Amino acid sequence: MSWEVVIGLEVHVQLNTQSKIFCSCPTRYGAEPNLHTCPVCLALPGALPVLNAAAVDKAIAFGLAVGAEINRRSIFARKNYFYPDLPKGYQISQYEIPIVGRGQLLLTLADGTEKVVGITRAHLEEDAGKSLHEAFSAETGIDLNRAGTPLLEIVSEPDMRSPSEAVAYLKKLHALVRYLDISDGNMQEGSFRCDANVSLRRAGEPFGTRAEIKNLNSFRFLEKAIEYEMERQQDILESGGKVVQETRLFDANKGETRSMRSKEEANDYRYFPDPDLLPLVLEESHIETVRASLPELPDAKKQRFMEAYGLPAYDAGVLTSSRALADYYEVVAEGLDAKLAANWLMGDLLGALNRSGAEIESCPVPAGQMRKLLQRIQDETISGKIAKEVFDVLFEQGADVDDIIERKGLRQITDPAAIARLIDEVLAKNPGQVADYRAGKDKLFGFFVGQAMKASQGKANPEQLNRILRERLDQPS
Amino acid sequence: MSFTTDTVKRTASLARLALPEADLAHVAQQLEGILVLIEKLSAVPTEGVEIMAHPLELQQPLREDRADGRDLAGRDIYLKNAPVSADGLFLVPKVIE
Amino acid sequence: MELHDHGLADLRRLLQKKEISAVELTTHFLQRIRSVDPQLRSFITLNGENALVQAHRADRQRADGSTQALLGLPIAHKDIFSTRGLRTTCGSRMLENYIPPFDATVVERLEQAGTVLLGKLNMDEFAMGSSNETSHYGAVRNPWDTRMVPGGSSGGSAAAVAARLVPAATGTDTGGSIRQPAAFCGITGLKPTYGRVSRYGMIAFASSLDQAGPMARSAEDCALLMDAMAGHDPRDSTSHPQAAGQFSAALDRPVRGLRIGVAEEFFADGLDSQIAEQVRAAIAQLESLGARIVPVHLPHNAVAVSAYYVLAPAEASSNLARFDGVRYGHRSQHADNLQELYQQSRFEGFGAEVRRRILIGSYVLSAGYYDAYYLKAQKVRSLIREDFRRAFAEVDLIVGPTTPTPAFALDAKTEDPVSMYLADIYTIAVNLAGIPALNLPCGFTREGLPIGMQLMGNYFADELLLAVGHAYQQATSWHLQRPDLAEVQG
Repeated sequence: MSWEVVIGLEVHVQLNTQSKIFCSCPTRYGAEPNLHTCPVCLALPGALPVLNAAAVDKAIAFGLAVGAEINRRSIFARKNYFYPDLPKGYQISQYEIPIVGRGQLLLTLADGTEKVVGITRAHLEEDAGKSLHEAFSAETGIDLNRAGTPLLEIVSEPDMRSPSEAVAYLKKLHALVRYLDISDGNMQEGSFRCDANVSLRRAGEPFGTRAEIKNLNSFRFLEKAIEYEMERQQDILESGGKVVQETRLFDANKGETRSMRSKEEANDYRYFPDPDLLPLVLEESHIETVRASLPELPDAKKQRFMEAYGLPAYDAGVLTSSRALADYYEVVAEGLDAKLAANWLMGDLLGALNRSGAEIESCPVPAGQMRKLLQRIQDETISGKIAKEVFDVLFEQGADVDDIIERKGLRQITDPAAIARLIDEVLAKNPGQVADYRAGKDKLFGFFVGQAMKASQGKANPEQLNRILRERLDQPS
Repeated sequence: MSFTTDTVKRTASLARLALPEADLAHVAQQLEGILVLIEKLSAVPTEGVEIMAHPLELQQPLREDRADGRDLAGRDIYLKNAPVSADGLFLVPKVIE
Repeated sequence: MELHDHGLADLRRLLQKKEISAVELTTHFLQRIRSVDPQLRSFITLNGENALVQAHRADRQRADGSTQALLGLPIAHKDIFSTRGLRTTCGSRMLENYIPPFDATVVERLEQAGTVLLGKLNMDEFAMGSSNETSHYGAVRNPWDTRMVPGGSSGGSAAAVAARLVPAATGTDTGGSIRQPAAFCGITGLKPTYGRVSRYGMIAFASSLDQAGPMARSAEDCALLMDAMAGHDPRDSTSHPQAAGQFSAALDRPVRGLRIGVAEEFFADGLDSQIAEQVRAAIAQLESLGARIVPVHLPHNAVAVSAYYVLAPAEASSNLARFDGVRYGHRSQHADNLQELYQQSRFEGFGAEVRRRILIGSYVLSAGYYDAYYLKAQKVRSLIREDFRRAFAEVDLIVGPTTPTPAFALDAKTEDPVSMYLADIYTIAVNLAGIPALNLPCGFTREGLPIGMQLMGNYFADELLLAVGHAYQQATSWHLQRPDLAEVQG
């Protein structure tokens, strides 16, 4: 009997507030070291925390989006441990009663099937600072700019059964926090970080002992780390050993996980309610205000795309996978051929973005230009084929669609007389082929189309070209 | 006696306090005395009693999400209290991960 | 009568009538501190030059017509309050060189009211102690008998006020740290309702218990300080929205008709007989002023000390984790790696009593003990609050002794922490409940040591306590007695 992997994820999402969770320091990334600090986030003696309202609202928004119960009374606790980037010697977090209770997330897997993953809880906490180990030879430098940045830790149930399900969950969560505009989701800058709990069992048996893998800051690393961990645990179990419950670090360079046991030693966090903070009590009206401000969520948007634009489920799913892409699509497709727009975005645009490593948010082609490009196809200024050439220029160099068409002389030739002249020249140059065609060799029609199109530098309107060519060839000479 | 020298050592390590080996027995004895004082709690019936975490029966106030400006002059005042700093960073002996 | 014999309210009248200037007053007190304090050691840091600058400014402002409530009045702060640019040690070696970059709210508010800051007062290290002997800066002496302790942890404040080195001072009270030294030194001190005075910038000992308050020579003087100190502070989440009050304006409320509770639990075994006698005499005095005496019961007072020595050390162990030698504070020169840096810096920076409380606190929060100690103590805390609720349904105030004994000799209890802890047996329950309480001088022992009585009130009864204290002090003269202290050439 084969092994079944059981995966649960803990995701730390940096909330995109203006200021830190317990003080008014800016949260902006990339400032001079320790510039964004104050007595509170430096933990100077006597400084006290005051909770940021926006962090609370963003946590509520998340809870509502995953259909979770919002706890009307939640408690901040202290998690006590010593580390140089943790200035107070404790992290303010939520322990026994978090702000967001049970919820769920609906995934669409690669094969089109759907799966529900349970969300156990989500709680507010503060981020730590950064330890810089490379800057000095004998010392570690401490930068506390990030200390106190609000985090929402989202804990899933152990509901995932393959690396790809884990990735699908993480991607869906990533899309959701960006839809909700509660995080920039920037994985390189650490705004969206994932730990994975992985264990193996024989199907139907109780859960096995799990290992917690840290430092998974990309979808690919998550997949790789789980795959590695599955093999590692399988080797242990099949050789009669026991998996040790421990924290492991994913080493992206080596593609393997290694034990962090030394750091785990004697961890006793001594949680207790933070006496500097009172219970967070939420009125029903407060929750309803947040609910009213929620944007259209991915699943609802997908449904609307299918109905309003007549798109297939697959297309609607891809186009609503991020709020930015969906918004882009809606600008492009407004009043145009919706399927044509979908094909262009899913094929050409996403392909180009993928090749250049860019995101839709930083797409060099503004939605307005993309829309204009498709309009020029629809109004027959250019053909679909020429449009691809225009798109390449647009993507590489920018500028305006019409300017590119004019500058490069790509405007489609729609004047029947001009097309007829091109055709006549082609026919005149190829008398043998003309004779063969008229003798019944129909396949040569394509040859003439190609020659005439080539003569027009691809600009002839294909339908007119076909029609006039057929007229000329079928004309008894 | 619940406060052995081992308990003292373990607790001191949790609290990051270096205690000289020679002091352990004396400290253990003093802590044991305090523990006896504390143990009187166990005789108090508390079934069904709610915990009291705080004297105020109020709720957490919220602060408007507004970031204040920060400048390097301010940061440098903070760094002045640091025993060791360089390039705007607080320094500690190298941490090996 | 010399200038320093006047209380805060008197000096305020003299300043208002322009009979004296703030500069004269400041100069006089600075001189008195220099000549008297060497035998008491109540100050850790003097703010001499800057105090004169503030005094000059105050005189200018008065000439310009300013009517700030405390304009030109010299005070001193317990060294637990952060003062921008002025060293703040909290009585610890850990903070020997720490210069706060910001002011505590209490400091800010008193400065805005126009006070002149003479300096920072000695205290038990991190406010952990009942005798002021745990200070890294030397034990403070009791002005009534310099062989005796002044009490703690606000012992420097109490000694300085009693010795007329400063007309009034701030203190903080986590388990009795204002009231017990006020009783030992024969001055008036108020521990306000939790949440009325901001904790921002006050170095935390036990956050759910700590409360700052005034220490002065009379209830009237305390009320003047409270007018300025109390108020809502958005920087402290535990600051009460209705924290502000008009304490001076409420002083004239009559005692007649008040129901005053007396709990026999406060007069049980272990109470010094002279204290019992004097406190009962004071109760009779209140009765003669028109109060009605009603017996009440506080059955859980007996276990208050036990609950306190779980909760206060637990919070302290966490509050003091920030002292790691990284961003400020003492850093050991004998550390080769990070763990040694933590362990050595904290060992060297903290004294024995602070280390003891950190150890107890870490222990009661650690895995396996949390429920038995911490949760249990939180439940007992509930019961203690219930006792007071029940009592205050029957009475307006509760009166009893502040301390079981008068000031004890230096070194008498340093080797036995538990005996020291029991010095706070009457004051601790008040902090656990979060209610206000006031110490009033009410007599002397045959040996000439002050005796204090404690008035406890319901939440937000601070004004009432001060009014009753004021009425008592109008009828008695215990608070006007002063110790004999030689001036030495400083």
